Amino acid sequence: MKLITAIIKPHILDAVRDALSKAGIQGLTVTEARGFGRQKGHTEVYRGAEYSVDFVPKIKIELVVDEGQVDGVVSAITESARTGEIGDGKIFVSSIESAIRIRTGESGVAAL
Amino acid sequence: MKCNRCISTARLVASVFGLLILAQQVGYAQDDTVSTELFTVNNTWMLVATFLVFIMHLGFASLESGLTQAKNTVNILFKNTAIVAIGLLTYAFVGFNLMYPGDFSLGQFFGFAGVGLDPGPEGNTIAYAGGAYTYWTDFIFQAMFAATAATIVSGAVAERIKLGSFLVFTTLYVAIIYPIAGSWKWGGGWLDQMGFYDFAGSTLVHSVGGWGALAGVIVLGPRLGKYVNGQVRAIAGHNMPLATIGVFLLWLGWFGFNGGSVLSADPELVSLVFVTTCLAAAAGIIGAMFTSWTVQKKPDLTMILNGSLAGLVGITAGADVVSVNASMIIGLIAGIIVVFSVLAIDRNHLDDPVGAISVHLVCGIWGTLAVGIFSADHSFTTQLIGVVSYGLISLPAAFIIFSALKSTVGLRVSEEEERGGLDVGEHGMESYNGI
Repeated sequence: MKLITAIIKPHILDAVRDALSKAGIQGLTVTEARGFGRQKGHTEVYRGAEYSVDFVPKIKIELVVDEGQVDGVVSAITESARTGEIGDGKIFVSSIESAIRIRTGESGVAAL
Repeated sequence: MKCNRCISTARLVASVFGLLILAQQVGYAQDDTVSTELFTVNNTWMLVATFLVFIMHLGFASLESGLTQAKNTVNILFKNTAIVAIGLLTYAFVGFNLMYPGDFSLGQFFGFAGVGLDPGPEGNTIAYAGGAYTYWTDFIFQAMFAATAATIVSGAVAERIKLGSFLVFTTLYVAIIYPIAGSWKWGGGWLDQMGFYDFAGSTLVHSVGGWGALAGVIVLGPRLGKYVNGQVRAIAGHNMPLATIGVFLLWLGWFGFNGGSVLSADPELVSLVFVTTCLAAAAGIIGAMFTSWTVQKKPDLTMILNGSLAGLVGITAGADVVSVNASMIIGLIAGIIVVFSVLAIDRNHLDDPVGAISVHLVCGIWGTLAVGIFSADHSFTTQLIGVVSYGLISLPAAFIIFSALKSTVGLRVSEEEERGGLDVGEHGMESYNGI
């Protein structure tokens, strides 16, 4: 099992969700997040004084899939979340030791 | 009679319209000039105006909360709630009788008609104010105004003042300074005799509050992190929708603030005042919009919110004596002034989170002087004397109260509390809870 964590632009979430549904994903978790990458932050103005926003609003998507689905999911996110501009985000893939469905107690891939 | 500022107008109006009604309804009249029906109509409008002014306190609370940080919201709402209570109670106790003493005991500067409220035998009849309103209406309408002066101060000193010290200041300022200063004009005192004009309180209410705000900001000092190494840092307000709701509530309330200050339901005057008041607010927004768009890099919502209030404060002194065209000019200029004023006050390291000094003091002065410019019946010099006189009583009085509090019980919360927020520090609760 693999955990796929993607940091994307907030407004692109719906497109990514649609793409993942088409790729056969049955569940995912979304978190409102803030951060910066190479694009750094930006400046805003309030009552005549400029201030820098160092942490830009982002959306973090997390989903755990069977190993065979990883490539499909990664390409679905990559294609749907890409605008070609700086700040499109990143995808991380890591290994998961176990998974348990709380309602039934099933474990492993059956719990996904 | 308590309220002197409009008796003649009320009588004139009452006689004209009263006669019209009398012509049809002979027999209902209890007075030579005013019918009971007209008395009721006048009095009802004054009570409607009263609750319009009441809703302004919710406007102030919303605006101030929106333009400050989330961690201080409970504190701001608490202050604004307590101010209303303090204002109403002190005005019933001494304020009304200090502001409208009837007879002055110290020149034309000070008079006191005694503790508490007493309508007397004629207080609730046509005889009290020529059929314009009753004694009770007179009191409750004026009482709604009283707390406004302290509410103005609240915004300027927000996010760093100790709750207890602020409430002590509020009590002294609203119970004593505001009504005594007010008696000079509305109570028939020396400035009234001189011909000074302030229709609904650009000076008597707004600049008195504004001077208090200025004194508070000076004595208190800026919020932590506002001015760092000589640079002005932004401390952004946490809720722009709330600030906008607050401004619209204030604008709504101003129909009563100014419209009620006609002190009768005179159809021509009340409707004129509605028009001048509303157009000045609109022009204030446009003035602030163009100024903020050109002087700052972006069109700033908080500046046009201040701009509408600037226009409203500006027109308040002369809403019934300037032309409709003049009201738009007054509002437009107020909207321009307020943006420059906010920026200039910030550059001088006077930290006023909501722009209270710019809106209420600077535009209050502008509006009062504008009466001398746009009304042929009033003198610029007399208006200037009035403006300066109110500064000379309000600023030192507020300065002394704040300084005395600072050197005794303390005026400012600890650095740690300020960083963590006054909600938890002063009240032990947060404004935004739960998941």
